[in-house]
Amino acid sequence: MADDILVQVERLSRRYGDFAAVDDISFTLHRGQVLGFLGPNGAGKSTTMRMLAGVLAPDAGRIVIGGHDLLDQPCQAKQAIGYLPEQPPLYRELTVDEQLRYSAGLHRLGRTASCQAMARAKARCGLMEVGRRLIGNLSKGYQQRVGIAQAILHEPPLIILDEPTIGLDPIQLREIRALIRELGQDHGVILSTHLLPEIEATCSHVQMMRSGRLVFAGALADLARRGQSTMLRIGLGAPPPPANLTQLPGVQRVEVLGGGRFRLQHAPGVALQRALIEKALSDDWDLWELAPEYADLEQLFIELTLERGAVA
Amino acid sequence: MIFTIAAREWRSLFSSPLAWTLLAVAQGLLAWIFLLLVQDFRHLQGRLVGLENAPGVTDLVAAPLFRVTAWGLLILTPLLTMRLFSEERRARTLDLLFSAPVGAPAMVFGKYLGVLGFLWATVVLAGLMPLALGFGTSLDFGKWFAGLLGLALLAASFAAAGLYLSTLTAQPVVAATTTLGLLLALWIMDAASAGQEKASNLFAYLSPARHCDALPLGLFNSTDMAYYLLFSALFLGLAIRRLDDMRLRD
Repeated sequence: MADDILVQVERLSRRYGDFAAVDDISFTLHRGQVLGFLGPNGAGKSTTMRMLAGVLAPDAGRIVIGGHDLLDQPCQAKQAIGYLPEQPPLYRELTVDEQLRYSAGLHRLGRTASCQAMARAKARCGLMEVGRRLIGNLSKGYQQRVGIAQAILHEPPLIILDEPTIGLDPIQLREIRALIRELGQDHGVILSTHLLPEIEATCSHVQMMRSGRLVFAGALADLARRGQSTMLRIGLGAPPPPANLTQLPGVQRVEVLGGGRFRLQHAPGVALQRALIEKALSDDWDLWELAPEYADLEQLFIELTLERGAVA
Repeated sequence: MIFTIAAREWRSLFSSPLAWTLLAVAQGLLAWIFLLLVQDFRHLQGRLVGLENAPGVTDLVAAPLFRVTAWGLLILTPLLTMRLFSEERRARTLDLLFSAPVGAPAMVFGKYLGVLGFLWATVVLAGLMPLALGFGTSLDFGKWFAGLLGLALLAASFAAAGLYLSTLTAQPVVAATTTLGLLLALWIMDAASAGQEKASNLFAYLSPARHCDALPLGLFNSTDMAYYLLFSALFLGLAIRRLDDMRLRD
């Protein structure tokens, strides 16, 4: 449905001098999606998010948020955004309540609406007990949570979180990830990270960036499919010398794992299983294990970022 | 929106020791000078009795005190305005304002109002001291008020200049130094133009010092008024442009 499109980004570019931080990126985000931006440091994730939040003006391209162009109607578009930058924008000399009240005021919430919004955001981010404490005296994890509370305070349709889980301990990490998933049900969420488990734990969609370009974009499920195995793990009771395995059709590399186990890497699209089973039966290799090995997200990520890098 | 930003500015100011220290030091020094001026006046009083059209207590105590306060503002303003945008850029809290549905004019006016409120509080506190003399002697309230108004306008123009310079750098100290330099230069321009050349008349005209001299004498000049308003508007306008630019360059 067309009205479900929350963010539409067309051919977005941004240069710093000669360096292209973001190079011709286009994508869309629908309500109810959690989009993870993934990439090594310096890939342009933060720059993209800063442009989405209206903090940085793009050199070229268009950003439409909730039907409002970010450059032509900045106020309407920004009302629909909750943004947490890499470093949470918090005033150390204010208390948590003062900070949130200020942020509510900036987003034009009335007195009663801002009280309700503050109570809700504080409850969601586990800040009920620290409302009257000075932000400067809070730990990094709590400051991060205040930043998240600030971003979701005015219930924006689009929530942009730049590396939201930095500095959190494992328990907080789990809570915040659950919160992000929950937010993703009726908001659109964009988050960036260089941690892969985070993407797997929270996101429905993923975009990988490298050197300012998108190298992959799609649903998390697609990514798993794309990472479909080009590897087989086998266990043999009477293994032949590894050289014999190399002669099987399509095998590119054989890795000896010990204990009669081998990992065979083969060209994609080759049905190695059948040939392998026939050969094992005829030569009495005593095959007791045969399993495709799926490349995990991490492997795929490294492959994608490295291979495109070599081409560029 | 403007008031939300101004209120936050006030809260941050007064929750740091900076504002209280500045107020205390300024008030202490001004009180000392005020007492010295009152003492001088008591010595002179006897000789003034015989004079026709003799200067009163307002001319001899309030006016010099206001002149010193003007110098005080010159030093005080950079210390306050340096925080406005430089500090926020350094602490990266400016992103909150930029990502909120707030236009550059609202940001500039909000912060301007916040810092101006503080400066005006200083001015009023200084003005209250000569007012205390009203219990024992007759004050010329017209002159007193004119002097106070002059200081308020002076503070407004200083704050606007400081605010603009603080948008130019992410280093508060640099913002303070350049503001102090600019304000001093403008002030000195008046003294430097004591020669008779024609160009120096222009310099004298551009100096804020020249325009606040007349007010304590009770001269309420619309040219001076317009000068201060234009001076402030110029720098606030530059600040708004600069903020819009910042999103492009940064």
